[in-house]
Amino acid sequence: MKPYAELDATALAAEHAAGARRVTDTTEAALAALARLEPRLNAFLVVLADRARARAAELERERAAGATPGALHGVPVALKANMCLAGVEANCGSRILAGYKPPYTATFVQRLLDAGAVVIGMTNMDEFAMGSSSENSAFGPTHNPWDLARTPGGSSSGSAAAVASGIVPLALGSDTGGSVRQPAALCNLAGFKPTYGRVSRYGLVAFGSSLDQVSPFARSVRDLELALSVIAGHDERDSTSLPEPAPIPEHDGARLDGLRVGVPKEYFPEVLSGGVRRASEAALATLRGLGAELVPVALPHTELAIPTYYVVATAEASSNLARYDGVRYGARSAGDGSLQGMYAATRAAAFGAEVKRRILLGTYVLSAGYYDAWYGRALKVRTLLRRDFEQAFEQVDVLAGPTSPTAAFRLGEKAGDPVAMYLSDILTVPVSLAGLPAVSVPCGFVDEDGTRLPIGLQLAGPARADARVLRVARCFESATDFARQRAPLFA
Amino acid sequence: MTTSDLDTVRQMAELARLKLDEAEARAYAGQFARILEHFRTLERLPVEGVEPLSGAAGLCDVTRADAPRPGLSTEAALANAPDRREAFYGVPKTIGAAE
Repeated sequence: MKPYAELDATALAAEHAAGARRVTDTTEAALAALARLEPRLNAFLVVLADRARARAAELERERAAGATPGALHGVPVALKANMCLAGVEANCGSRILAGYKPPYTATFVQRLLDAGAVVIGMTNMDEFAMGSSSENSAFGPTHNPWDLARTPGGSSSGSAAAVASGIVPLALGSDTGGSVRQPAALCNLAGFKPTYGRVSRYGLVAFGSSLDQVSPFARSVRDLELALSVIAGHDERDSTSLPEPAPIPEHDGARLDGLRVGVPKEYFPEVLSGGVRRASEAALATLRGLGAELVPVALPHTELAIPTYYVVATAEASSNLARYDGVRYGARSAGDGSLQGMYAATRAAAFGAEVKRRILLGTYVLSAGYYDAWYGRALKVRTLLRRDFEQAFEQVDVLAGPTSPTAAFRLGEKAGDPVAMYLSDILTVPVSLAGLPAVSVPCGFVDEDGTRLPIGLQLAGPARADARVLRVARCFESATDFARQRAPLFA
Repeated sequence: MTTSDLDTVRQMAELARLKLDEAEARAYAGQFARILEHFRTLERLPVEGVEPLSGAAGLCDVTRADAPRPGLSTEAALANAPDRREAFYGVPKTIGAAE
Protein backbone atom coordinates (compact mmCIF):
# COMPACT_ATOMS: atom_id res chain seq x y z
CA MET A 1 0.00 0.00 0.00
CA LYS A 2 1.34 3.41 -0.97
CA PRO A 3 2.02 5.92 1.81
CA TYR A 4 -0.87 8.29 2.48
CA ALA A 5 0.81 11.46 1.18
CA GLU A 6 1.58 9.93 -2.23
CA LEU A 7 -2.11 9.66 -3.09
CA ASP A 8 -4.38 12.41 -4.33
CA ALA A 9 -7.96 12.79 -3.08
CA THR A 10 -9.42 10.87 -6.03
CA ALA A 11 -7.22 7.82 -5.32
CA LEU A 12 -7.73 8.00 -1.54
CA ALA A 13 -11.52 8.14 -1.85
CA ALA A 14 -11.47 5.17 -4.23
CA GLU A 15 -9.30 3.07 -1.90
CA HIS A 16 -11.48 3.94 1.10
CA ALA A 17 -14.65 3.10 -0.80
CA ALA A 18 -13.21 -0.24 -1.92
CA GLY A 19 -12.14 -1.10 1.61
CA ALA A 20 -8.48 -1.22 0.52
CA ARG A 21 -7.50 1.46 3.04
CA ARG A 22 -9.08 2.40 6.34
CA VAL A 23 -10.34 5.95 6.83
CA THR A 24 -9.15 5.82 10.44
CA ASP A 25 -5.57 5.03 9.27
CA THR A 26 -5.70 7.87 6.74
CA THR A 27 -6.91 10.30 9.38
CA GLU A 28 -4.13 9.27 11.76
CA ALA A 29 -1.57 9.71 8.97
CA ALA A 30 -2.87 13.21 8.24
CA LEU A 31 -2.86 14.20 11.92
CA ALA A 32 0.65 12.76 12.39
CA ALA A 33 1.95 14.74 9.39
CA LEU A 34 0.29 17.85 10.76
CA ALA A 35 1.82 17.39 14.21
CA ARG A 36 5.28 16.84 12.72
CA LEU A 37 5.31 19.66 10.15
CA GLU A 38 3.16 22.34 11.75
CA PRO A 39 5.90 23.73 14.04
CA ARG A 40 7.83 24.74 10.91
CA LEU A 41 4.86 25.83 8.75
CA ASN A 42 2.35 27.62 11.02
CA ALA A 43 -0.31 26.59 8.51
CA PHE A 44 -3.13 25.84 10.97
CA LEU A 45 -5.03 28.10 13.36
CA VAL A 46 -7.29 25.33 14.66
CA VAL A 47 -6.63 21.56 14.69
CA LEU A 48 -9.69 19.31 14.91
CA ALA A 49 -8.01 16.03 15.91
CA ASP A 50 -10.79 14.60 18.10
CA ARG A 51 -13.52 15.64 15.73
CA ALA A 52 -11.63 14.15 12.75
CA ARG A 53 -11.03 10.84 14.56
CA ALA A 54 -14.70 10.56 15.53
CA ARG A 55 -15.81 11.33 11.98
CA ALA A 56 -13.37 8.77 10.54
CA ALA A 57 -14.71 6.05 12.82
CA GLU A 58 -18.26 7.01 11.87
CA LEU A 59 -17.44 6.80 8.14
CA GLU A 60 -15.91 3.34 8.64
CA ARG A 61 -19.07 2.19 10.44
CA GLU A 62 -21.30 3.61 7.71
CA ARG A 63 -19.36 1.81 4.99
CA ALA A 64 -19.41 -1.45 6.96
CA ALA A 65 -23.18 -1.06 7.28
CA GLY A 66 -23.48 -0.85 3.49
CA ALA A 67 -23.95 2.89 2.94
CA THR A 68 -22.86 4.18 -0.47
CA PRO A 69 -19.54 6.03 0.00
CA GLY A 70 -19.47 9.70 -1.00
CA ALA A 71 -17.16 11.16 -3.63
CA LEU A 72 -14.70 12.27 -0.92
CA HIS A 73 -15.16 9.31 1.42
CA GLY A 74 -12.55 9.66 4.17
CA VAL A 75 -10.49 12.34 2.41
CA PRO A 76 -8.78 14.66 4.93
CA VAL A 77 -9.38 18.30 4.05
CA ALA A 78 -8.41 21.66 5.50
CA LEU A 79 -10.56 24.80 5.42
CA LYS A 80 -9.44 28.42 5.37
CA ALA A 81 -10.26 30.17 8.65
CA ASN A 82 -12.90 32.38 6.97
CA MET A 83 -15.23 29.42 6.45
CA CYS A 84 -18.11 28.52 8.74
CA LEU A 85 -18.34 25.09 10.32
CA ALA A 86 -20.79 25.24 13.22
CA GLY A 87 -19.02 25.37 16.57
CA VAL A 88 -15.47 25.59 15.15
CA GLU A 89 -13.46 28.79 15.56
CA ALA A 90 -13.33 30.79 12.31
CA ASN A 91 -11.20 33.79 13.26
CA CYS A 92 -10.28 34.97 9.72
CA GLY A 93 -6.68 35.50 10.85
CA SER A 94 -7.91 38.45 12.92
CA ARG A 95 -7.83 39.31 16.60
CA ILE A 96 -11.30 40.82 16.21
CA LEU A 97 -12.76 37.32 15.66
CA ALA A 98 -10.45 35.39 17.99
CA GLY A 99 -12.61 32.74 19.64
CA TYR A 100 -15.59 33.32 17.30
CA LYS A 101 -17.47 30.08 16.70
CA PRO A 102 -20.09 30.39 13.94
CA PRO A 103 -23.53 29.05 14.84
CA TYR A 104 -24.11 27.60 11.36
CA THR A 105 -22.29 25.69 8.61
CA ALA A 106 -21.49 27.04 5.14
CA THR A 107 -23.29 25.36 2.24
CA PHE A 108 -20.02 24.33 0.58
CA VAL A 109 -18.67 22.92 3.86
CA GLN A 110 -21.87 20.93 4.38
CA ARG A 111 -21.52 19.55 0.84
CA LEU A 112 -17.93 18.45 1.63
CA LEU A 113 -19.11 16.74 4.81
CA ASP A 114 -22.02 15.06 3.02
CA ALA A 115 -19.53 13.71 0.44
CA GLY A 116 -17.53 12.05 3.25
CA ALA A 117 -14.67 14.55 3.72
CA VAL A 118 -12.93 14.66 7.12
CA VAL A 119 -12.08 18.22 8.20
CA ILE A 120 -8.80 18.20 10.13
CA GLY A 121 -8.37 21.91 10.75
CA MET A 122 -8.79 25.58 9.91
CA THR A 123 -5.90 27.24 8.12
CA ASN A 124 -3.89 30.42 8.54
CA MET A 125 -4.58 33.40 6.29
CA ASP A 126 -3.94 37.08 5.77
CA GLU A 127 -6.40 38.92 8.01
CA PHE A 128 -9.84 38.88 6.34
CA ALA A 129 -8.11 37.60 3.16
CA MET A 130 -6.37 40.94 2.61
CA GLY A 131 -2.84 40.19 1.50
CA SER A 132 -0.62 38.12 -0.77
CA SER A 133 1.92 36.68 1.68
CA SER A 134 0.31 35.61 5.02
CA GLU A 135 2.23 38.42 6.74
CA ASN A 136 -1.08 40.14 7.55
CA SER A 137 -2.25 37.25 9.74
CA ALA A 138 -2.63 38.25 13.37
CA PHE A 139 -1.25 34.83 14.26
CA GLY A 140 2.11 34.99 12.48
CA PRO A 141 3.05 34.13 8.91
CA THR A 142 2.87 30.71 7.25
CA HIS A 143 6.08 29.35 5.75
CA ASN A 144 6.48 27.90 2.26
CA PRO A 145 7.35 24.16 2.29
CA TRP A 146 9.69 24.82 -0.69
CA ASP A 147 11.73 27.30 1.37
CA LEU A 148 10.74 28.10 4.93
CA ALA A 149 12.23 31.62 4.66
CA ARG A 150 9.70 32.47 1.94
CA THR A 151 6.00 33.16 1.73
CA PRO A 152 3.62 30.47 0.46
CA GLY A 153 1.65 33.34 -1.08
CA GLY A 154 -1.70 34.52 0.17
CA SER A 155 -4.20 35.11 1.32
CA SER A 156 -5.08 31.38 1.46
CA SER A 157 -1.60 30.68 2.82
CA GLY A 158 -2.20 27.87 5.29
CA SER A 159 -4.41 25.88 2.91
CA ALA A 160 -1.68 26.05 0.25
CA ALA A 161 1.08 25.03 2.67
CA ALA A 162 -1.04 22.17 4.05
CA VAL A 163 -1.48 20.63 0.59
CA ALA A 164 2.07 21.36 -0.64
CA SER A 165 3.56 19.70 2.46
CA GLY A 166 1.40 16.58 2.09
CA ILE A 167 -0.65 17.09 5.28
CA VAL A 168 -3.86 16.95 3.23
CA PRO A 169 -4.49 16.24 -0.46
CA LEU A 170 -7.24 18.84 -0.72
CA ALA A 171 -7.96 22.19 0.92
CA LEU A 172 -10.31 25.07 0.33
CA GLY A 173 -9.28 28.69 0.06
CA SER A 174 -11.10 31.77 -1.12
CA ASP A 175 -10.02 33.80 -4.14
CA THR A 176 -11.01 37.47 -4.32
CA GLY A 177 -8.12 38.88 -6.39
CA GLY A 178 -5.88 35.83 -6.72
CA SER A 179 -5.77 34.46 -3.17
CA VAL A 180 -5.82 30.83 -4.35
CA ARG A 181 -4.17 31.05 -7.78
CA GLN A 182 -1.11 32.96 -6.53
CA PRO A 183 -0.34 30.64 -3.55
CA ALA A 184 -0.95 27.64 -5.84
CA ALA A 185 1.72 29.03 -8.19
CA LEU A 186 4.15 29.71 -5.33
CA CYS A 187 3.67 26.23 -3.79
CA ASN A 188 3.58 24.05 -6.96
CA LEU A 189 -0.12 23.24 -6.63
CA ALA A 190 -3.19 23.20 -8.81
CA GLY A 191 -5.58 25.93 -7.64
CA PHE A 192 -8.88 26.83 -9.29
CA LYS A 193 -11.08 29.91 -9.00
CA PRO A 194 -14.48 28.98 -10.44
CA THR A 195 -16.76 31.33 -12.36
CA TYR A 196 -18.22 33.89 -9.94
CA GLY A 197 -21.44 32.42 -8.56
CA ARG A 198 -20.44 28.80 -9.21
CA VAL A 199 -19.91 28.05 -5.51
CA SER A 200 -22.29 29.46 -2.91
CA ARG A 201 -20.79 32.10 -0.65
CA TYR A 202 -23.23 31.29 2.17
CA GLY A 203 -20.95 30.74 5.17
CA LEU A 204 -17.86 32.36 3.63
CA VAL A 205 -16.96 35.46 5.66
CA ALA A 206 -17.35 38.37 3.24
CA PHE A 207 -14.44 40.53 2.05
CA GLY A 208 -15.29 41.76 -1.48
CA SER A 209 -18.72 40.31 -2.13
CA SER A 210 -18.77 40.87 -5.91
CA LEU A 211 -15.40 39.08 -6.23
CA ASP A 212 -15.14 36.42 -3.49
CA GLN A 213 -15.25 32.83 -4.66
CA VAL A 214 -14.52 29.61 -2.75
CA SER A 215 -11.68 27.85 -4.57
CA PRO A 216 -9.91 24.50 -4.06
CA PHE A 217 -6.19 23.60 -3.88
CA ALA A 218 -4.94 20.13 -4.80
CA ARG A 219 -1.85 18.28 -6.07
CA SER A 220 -3.71 17.14 -9.20
CA VAL A 221 -6.17 18.78 -11.58
CA ARG A 222 -8.54 15.81 -11.37
CA ASP A 223 -8.87 16.56 -7.64
CA LEU A 224 -9.95 20.11 -8.49
CA GLU A 225 -12.62 18.66 -10.78
CA LEU A 226 -13.70 16.30 -8.02
CA ALA A 227 -13.85 19.10 -5.45
CA LEU A 228 -15.80 21.36 -7.79
CA SER A 229 -18.32 18.60 -8.54
CA VAL A 230 -18.99 18.42 -4.77
CA ILE A 231 -19.08 22.09 -3.73
CA ALA A 232 -20.54 23.80 -6.84
CA GLY A 233 -24.18 24.14 -7.78
CA HIS A 234 -27.08 26.40 -6.95
CA ASP A 235 -27.83 27.43 -3.38
CA GLU A 236 -30.94 29.44 -2.61
CA ARG A 237 -29.17 30.98 0.40
CA ASP A 238 -26.84 32.98 -1.88
CA SER A 239 -28.65 35.32 -4.28
CA THR A 240 -25.53 35.50 -6.50
CA SER A 241 -25.41 31.71 -6.86
CA LEU A 242 -25.69 30.57 -10.51
CA PRO A 243 -28.87 28.61 -11.19
CA GLU A 244 -27.29 25.56 -12.84
CA PRO A 245 -25.85 22.41 -11.21
CA ALA A 246 -22.11 21.72 -10.82
CA PRO A 247 -20.23 21.41 -14.14
CA ILE A 248 -19.43 17.92 -15.40
CA PRO A 249 -15.73 17.25 -16.10
CA GLU A 250 -14.83 17.01 -19.81
CA HIS A 251 -13.03 13.80 -20.68
CA ASP A 252 -12.13 14.04 -24.34
CA GLY A 253 -8.62 12.86 -24.81
CA ALA A 254 -5.10 13.81 -23.89
CA ARG A 255 -4.57 16.29 -26.74
CA LEU A 256 -5.72 19.83 -27.44
CA ASP A 257 -6.09 19.70 -31.24
CA GLY A 258 -8.20 22.58 -32.50
CA LEU A 259 -8.03 24.50 -29.23
CA ARG A 260 -7.23 28.20 -29.66
CA VAL A 261 -5.10 29.55 -26.81
CA GLY A 262 -4.97 33.33 -26.52
CA VAL A 263 -1.69 34.83 -25.34
CA PRO A 264 -2.25 38.38 -24.05
CA LYS A 265 0.89 40.46 -24.50
CA GLU A 266 -0.16 42.46 -21.43
CA TYR A 267 0.43 39.31 -19.32
CA PHE A 268 4.14 39.37 -20.13
CA PRO A 269 5.00 42.79 -18.67
CA GLU A 270 8.44 44.22 -17.93
CA VAL A 271 8.19 43.34 -14.22
CA LEU A 272 8.02 39.62 -15.01
CA SER A 273 11.06 37.84 -13.59
CA GLY A 274 13.29 36.08 -16.13
CA GLY A 275 12.56 32.67 -14.68
CA VAL A 276 8.80 33.19 -14.81
CA ARG A 277 9.03 34.41 -18.42
CA ARG A 278 11.06 31.38 -19.52
CA ALA A 279 8.80 28.88 -17.73
CA SER A 280 5.66 30.50 -19.17
CA GLU A 281 7.03 30.54 -22.70
CA ALA A 282 8.04 26.88 -22.38
CA ALA A 283 4.51 26.12 -21.15
CA LEU A 284 3.01 27.81 -24.21
CA ALA A 285 5.28 25.66 -26.40
CA THR A 286 3.99 22.57 -24.57
CA LEU A 287 0.39 23.61 -25.29
CA ARG A 288 1.30 24.03 -28.96
CA GLY A 289 2.92 20.59 -28.91
CA LEU A 290 -0.38 19.19 -27.63
CA GLY A 291 -2.09 20.52 -30.76
CA ALA A 292 -3.29 23.92 -29.55
CA GLU A 293 -2.98 26.99 -31.74
CA LEU A 294 -1.40 30.01 -30.02
CA VAL A 295 -3.11 33.29 -30.92
CA PRO A 296 -1.79 36.71 -29.83
CA VAL A 297 -4.62 38.72 -28.25
CA ALA A 298 -4.89 42.17 -26.68
CA LEU A 299 -6.47 43.04 -23.33
CA PRO A 300 -5.81 46.79 -23.60
CA HIS A 301 -7.25 47.87 -20.24
CA THR A 302 -5.11 45.48 -18.18
CA GLU A 303 -2.93 48.21 -16.65
CA LEU A 304 -6.10 49.70 -15.11
CA ALA A 305 -7.01 46.44 -13.39
CA ILE A 306 -4.96 47.10 -10.24
CA PRO A 307 -6.47 50.51 -9.41
CA THR A 308 -9.95 49.26 -10.41
CA TYR A 309 -9.58 46.21 -8.19
CA TYR A 310 -8.28 48.14 -5.20
CA VAL A 311 -11.10 50.69 -5.45
CA VAL A 312 -13.84 48.04 -5.79
CA ALA A 313 -12.42 45.58 -3.25
CA THR A 314 -11.68 48.20 -0.58
CA ALA A 315 -15.11 49.79 -1.05
CA GLU A 316 -16.80 46.44 -0.53
CA ALA A 317 -14.48 45.59 2.36
CA SER A 318 -15.17 48.85 4.19
CA SER A 319 -18.88 48.08 3.97
CA ASN A 320 -18.58 44.38 4.87
CA LEU A 321 -16.27 44.98 7.83
CA ALA A 322 -18.57 47.60 9.37
CA ARG A 323 -20.25 44.69 11.17
CA TYR A 324 -17.24 44.18 13.46
CA ASP A 325 -18.11 46.68 16.15
CA GLY A 326 -17.84 44.69 19.37
CA VAL A 327 -21.60 44.23 19.82
CA ARG A 328 -22.67 40.79 18.59
CA TYR A 329 -19.45 38.79 18.41
CA GLY A 330 -15.70 39.04 18.69
CA ALA A 331 -13.47 41.30 20.70
CA ARG A 332 -14.64 44.42 22.52
CA SER A 333 -12.70 47.35 24.00
CA ALA A 334 -14.50 49.78 26.28
CA GLY A 335 -12.86 52.96 24.96
CA ASP A 336 -14.18 56.12 26.61
CA GLY A 337 -17.32 54.35 27.81
CA SER A 338 -19.66 55.73 25.11
CA LEU A 339 -21.16 53.57 22.35
CA GLN A 340 -19.24 55.39 19.59
CA GLY A 341 -16.08 55.24 21.68
CA MET A 342 -16.54 51.49 22.16
CA TYR A 343 -16.89 50.95 18.38
CA ALA A 344 -13.79 53.01 17.55
CA ALA A 345 -11.66 51.53 20.33
CA THR A 346 -12.69 47.95 19.50
CA ARG A 347 -11.85 48.35 15.82
CA ALA A 348 -8.61 50.20 16.54
CA ALA A 349 -7.38 47.55 18.96
CA ALA A 350 -8.38 44.43 17.05
CA PHE A 351 -7.90 45.16 13.32
CA GLY A 352 -4.40 44.91 11.84
CA ALA A 353 -2.62 47.59 9.80
CA GLU A 354 -3.57 46.35 6.31
CA VAL A 355 -7.24 45.90 7.21
CA LYS A 356 -7.35 49.44 8.61
CA ARG A 357 -5.63 50.75 5.48
CA ARG A 358 -8.22 49.12 3.24
CA ILE A 359 -11.16 50.25 5.39
CA LEU A 360 -9.87 53.82 5.19
CA LEU A 361 -9.36 53.62 1.41
CA GLY A 362 -12.75 52.02 0.89
CA THR A 363 -14.45 54.63 3.05
CA TYR A 364 -12.71 57.33 1.02
CA VAL A 365 -13.74 56.04 -2.44
CA LEU A 366 -17.36 55.68 -1.27
CA SER A 367 -17.63 59.00 0.58
CA ALA A 368 -19.69 61.96 -0.62
CA GLY A 369 -17.64 64.10 -2.99
CA TYR A 370 -15.32 61.26 -4.03
CA TYR A 371 -17.81 58.52 -4.92
CA ASP A 372 -18.26 59.44 -8.61
CA ALA A 373 -14.58 60.13 -9.20
CA TRP A 374 -13.39 56.85 -7.68
CA TYR A 375 -15.97 54.14 -7.05
CA GLY A 376 -18.34 55.15 -9.88
CA ARG A 377 -15.47 55.43 -12.33
CA ALA A 378 -13.94 52.12 -11.25
CA LEU A 379 -17.22 50.30 -11.93
CA LYS A 380 -17.22 51.71 -15.47
CA VAL A 381 -13.63 50.65 -16.04
CA ARG A 382 -14.65 47.24 -14.73
CA THR A 383 -17.12 47.05 -17.63
CA LEU A 384 -14.31 47.87 -20.07
CA LEU A 385 -12.07 45.21 -18.52
CA ARG A 386 -14.82 42.63 -18.95
CA ARG A 387 -15.35 43.78 -22.54
CA ASP A 388 -11.64 43.14 -23.23
CA PHE A 389 -12.18 39.51 -22.24
CA GLU A 390 -15.43 39.16 -24.20
CA GLN A 391 -13.68 40.38 -27.35
CA ALA A 392 -10.70 38.07 -26.77
CA PHE A 393 -13.00 35.08 -26.31
CA GLU A 394 -14.56 35.77 -29.71
CA GLN A 395 -11.20 34.64 -31.13
CA VAL A 396 -9.93 32.07 -28.62
CA ASP A 397 -11.15 29.31 -26.28
CA VAL A 398 -8.85 29.98 -23.31
CA LEU A 399 -6.19 32.51 -22.31
CA ALA A 400 -2.76 31.52 -21.00
CA GLY A 401 -0.02 33.39 -19.16
CA PRO A 402 1.91 33.38 -15.90
CA THR A 403 -0.02 33.43 -12.59
CA SER A 404 2.41 35.55 -10.58
CA PRO A 405 5.11 37.92 -11.86
CA THR A 406 7.67 36.35 -9.51
CA ALA A 407 8.32 33.10 -7.66
CA ALA A 408 7.87 33.02 -3.86
CA PHE A 409 9.49 36.07 -2.26
CA ARG A 410 11.12 36.19 1.14
CA LEU A 411 8.97 36.86 4.17
CA GLY A 412 9.60 40.48 5.09
CA GLU A 413 10.76 41.48 1.60
CA LYS A 414 7.67 43.53 0.66
CA ALA A 415 5.97 43.82 4.03
CA GLY A 416 6.64 47.55 4.44
CA ASP A 417 5.49 48.55 0.96
CA PRO A 418 1.74 48.23 0.33
CA VAL A 419 1.97 49.55 -3.25
CA ALA A 420 4.60 46.94 -4.25
CA MET A 421 2.42 44.23 -2.69
CA TYR A 422 -0.69 45.45 -4.59
CA LEU A 423 1.20 45.54 -7.91
CA SER A 424 2.13 41.86 -7.61
CA ASP A 425 -1.57 41.04 -8.19
CA ILE A 426 -1.53 42.34 -11.78
CA LEU A 427 -1.95 38.92 -13.45
CA THR A 428 -4.78 37.62 -11.27
CA VAL A 429 -7.12 40.57 -10.60
CA PRO A 430 -8.37 41.18 -14.17
CA VAL A 431 -10.00 37.74 -14.26
CA SER A 432 -11.50 38.35 -10.80
CA LEU A 433 -13.09 41.64 -11.86
CA ALA A 434 -14.67 39.90 -14.86
CA GLY A 435 -15.85 36.93 -12.75
CA LEU A 436 -14.15 34.35 -15.00
CA PRO A 437 -12.93 30.83 -14.18
CA ALA A 438 -9.14 30.46 -13.97
CA VAL A 439 -6.72 27.79 -12.81
CA SER A 440 -3.06 27.88 -11.88
CA VAL A 441 -1.04 24.73 -12.65
CA PRO A 442 2.66 23.97 -12.02
CA CYS A 443 4.70 24.88 -15.13
CA GLY A 444 8.34 24.92 -14.09
CA PHE A 445 10.97 25.92 -11.58
CA VAL A 446 13.44 28.71 -11.14
CA ASP A 447 16.65 28.64 -9.15
CA GLU A 448 16.97 31.60 -6.78
CA ASP A 449 20.11 31.73 -4.65
CA GLY A 450 20.42 27.96 -4.77
CA THR A 451 16.76 27.35 -3.90
CA ARG A 452 14.41 25.66 -6.34
CA LEU A 453 11.10 27.52 -6.49
CA PRO A 454 7.96 26.61 -8.45
CA ILE A 455 6.25 28.69 -11.16
CA GLY A 456 2.54 28.58 -12.12
CA LEU A 457 0.73 28.85 -15.45
CA GLN A 458 -2.67 30.56 -15.40
CA LEU A 459 -5.38 29.38 -17.77
CA ALA A 460 -8.61 31.39 -17.93
CA GLY A 461 -11.84 30.85 -19.81
CA PRO A 462 -15.13 32.59 -20.51
CA ALA A 463 -17.76 32.71 -17.76
CA ARG A 464 -19.23 29.25 -17.08
CA ALA A 465 -16.45 27.46 -19.06
CA ASP A 466 -15.05 25.98 -15.83
CA ALA A 467 -14.91 22.44 -17.23
CA ARG A 468 -13.03 23.58 -20.35
CA VAL A 469 -10.38 25.43 -18.33
CA LEU A 470 -9.84 22.38 -16.12
CA ARG A 471 -9.63 20.03 -19.11
CA VAL A 472 -6.85 22.13 -20.66
CA ALA A 473 -5.06 22.20 -17.29
CA ARG A 474 -5.35 18.41 -17.00
CA CYS A 475 -3.90 17.87 -20.48
CA PHE A 476 -1.00 20.19 -19.65
CA GLU A 477 -0.43 18.38 -16.36
CA SER A 478 -0.37 14.98 -18.11
CA ALA A 479 2.20 16.20 -20.64
CA THR A 480 4.61 17.52 -17.99
CA ASP A 481 6.01 16.29 -14.68
CA PHE A 482 6.12 19.56 -12.72
CA ALA A 483 3.04 18.70 -10.64
CA ARG A 484 4.68 15.48 -9.48
CA GLN A 485 7.65 17.30 -7.93
CA ARG A 486 7.45 17.53 -4.14
CA ALA A 487 8.59 20.25 -1.76
CA PRO A 488 11.70 19.60 0.39
CA LEU A 489 9.38 19.65 3.41
CA PHE A 490 6.87 16.92 2.55
CA ALA A 491 5.13 14.27 4.60
CA MET B 1 2.01 63.91 2.30
CA THR B 2 0.22 67.23 2.82
CA THR B 3 -1.86 68.62 5.68
CA SER B 4 -4.95 67.90 3.60
CA ASP B 5 -3.93 64.20 3.28
CA LEU B 6 -3.70 64.03 7.06
CA ASP B 7 -7.08 65.75 7.43
CA THR B 8 -8.61 63.35 4.91
CA VAL B 9 -7.31 60.30 6.77
CA ARG B 10 -8.63 61.66 10.08
CA GLN B 11 -12.03 62.33 8.50
CA MET B 12 -12.19 58.82 6.99
CA ALA B 13 -11.18 57.28 10.33
CA GLU B 14 -14.05 59.15 11.95
CA LEU B 15 -16.52 57.88 9.30
CA ALA B 16 -15.15 54.32 9.56
CA ARG B 17 -15.27 54.30 13.40
CA LEU B 18 -11.54 53.70 13.66
CA LYS B 19 -9.53 55.37 16.39
CA LEU B 20 -6.07 56.24 15.02
CA ASP B 21 -3.21 57.61 17.06
CA GLU B 22 -1.09 60.42 15.66
CA ALA B 23 1.69 58.17 14.33
CA GLU B 24 -0.80 55.84 12.59
CA ALA B 25 -2.65 58.75 11.00
CA ARG B 26 0.59 60.18 9.63
CA ALA B 27 1.74 56.83 8.28
CA TYR B 28 -1.59 56.21 6.54
CA ALA B 29 -1.66 59.75 5.13
CA GLY B 30 1.73 59.18 3.46
CA GLN B 31 0.61 55.83 2.03
CA PHE B 32 -2.75 57.26 0.93
CA ALA B 33 -0.98 59.88 -1.16
CA ARG B 34 1.17 57.22 -2.87
CA ILE B 35 -1.68 54.77 -3.42
CA LEU B 36 -4.06 57.40 -4.83
CA GLU B 37 -1.30 58.73 -7.06
CA HIS B 38 -1.03 55.27 -8.55
CA PHE B 39 -4.83 55.01 -8.88
CA ARG B 40 -4.97 58.27 -10.87
CA THR B 41 -4.40 56.26 -14.07
CA LEU B 42 -8.16 55.64 -13.85
CA GLU B 43 -8.75 59.32 -14.57
CA ARG B 44 -6.98 59.21 -17.92
CA LEU B 45 -9.57 57.00 -19.55
CA PRO B 46 -12.76 58.46 -21.01
CA VAL B 47 -15.73 56.54 -19.54
CA GLU B 48 -18.69 58.64 -20.68
CA GLY B 49 -21.59 56.42 -21.71
CA VAL B 50 -20.06 53.25 -20.20
CA GLU B 51 -22.43 51.31 -17.96
CA PRO B 52 -21.06 50.51 -14.49
CA LEU B 53 -20.52 46.83 -13.60
CA SER B 54 -21.19 46.17 -9.93
CA GLY B 55 -21.43 42.39 -10.00
CA ALA B 56 -20.05 39.61 -12.14
CA ALA B 57 -22.81 37.00 -12.00
CA GLY B 58 -25.25 38.95 -14.17
CA LEU B 59 -28.21 37.84 -12.07
CA CYS B 60 -30.81 40.31 -10.91
CA ASP B 61 -33.93 40.42 -8.76
CA VAL B 62 -33.38 37.01 -7.21
CA THR B 63 -36.20 36.37 -4.75
CA ARG B 64 -37.59 33.50 -2.75
CA ALA B 65 -41.08 32.69 -1.61
CA ASP B 66 -42.24 35.05 1.13
CA ALA B 67 -42.84 32.20 3.55
CA PRO B 68 -41.70 31.83 7.15
CA ARG B 69 -38.88 29.39 7.85
CA PRO B 70 -36.66 28.63 10.81
CA GLY B 71 -33.79 31.00 11.61
CA LEU B 72 -31.11 31.11 14.30
CA SER B 73 -32.32 30.42 17.82
CA THR B 74 -31.81 33.15 20.44
CA GLU B 75 -29.21 30.98 22.15
CA ALA B 76 -27.24 30.41 18.96
CA ALA B 77 -27.40 34.09 18.01
CA LEU B 78 -26.15 35.19 21.42
CA ALA B 79 -23.50 32.51 21.83
CA ASN B 80 -20.64 34.79 20.71
CA ALA B 81 -21.83 37.98 22.42
CA PRO B 82 -19.06 39.82 24.29
CA ASP B 83 -21.63 41.19 26.76
CA ARG B 84 -24.78 39.12 26.99
CA ARG B 85 -27.60 40.31 29.21
CA GLU B 86 -30.42 37.78 29.38
CA ALA B 87 -31.75 37.59 25.80
CA PHE B 88 -30.02 40.79 24.67
CA TYR B 89 -26.66 42.22 23.61
CA GLY B 90 -25.33 44.64 26.20
CA VAL B 91 -23.93 47.97 24.93
CA PRO B 92 -22.91 51.23 26.64
CA LYS B 93 -25.84 53.46 27.54
CA THR B 94 -26.73 55.84 24.68
CA ILE B 95 -29.90 57.56 25.91
CA GLY B 96 -29.43 59.83 28.88
CA ALA B 97 -25.73 59.00 28.98
CA ALA B 98 -23.47 61.62 30.51
CA GLU B 99 -21.70 63.55 27.72
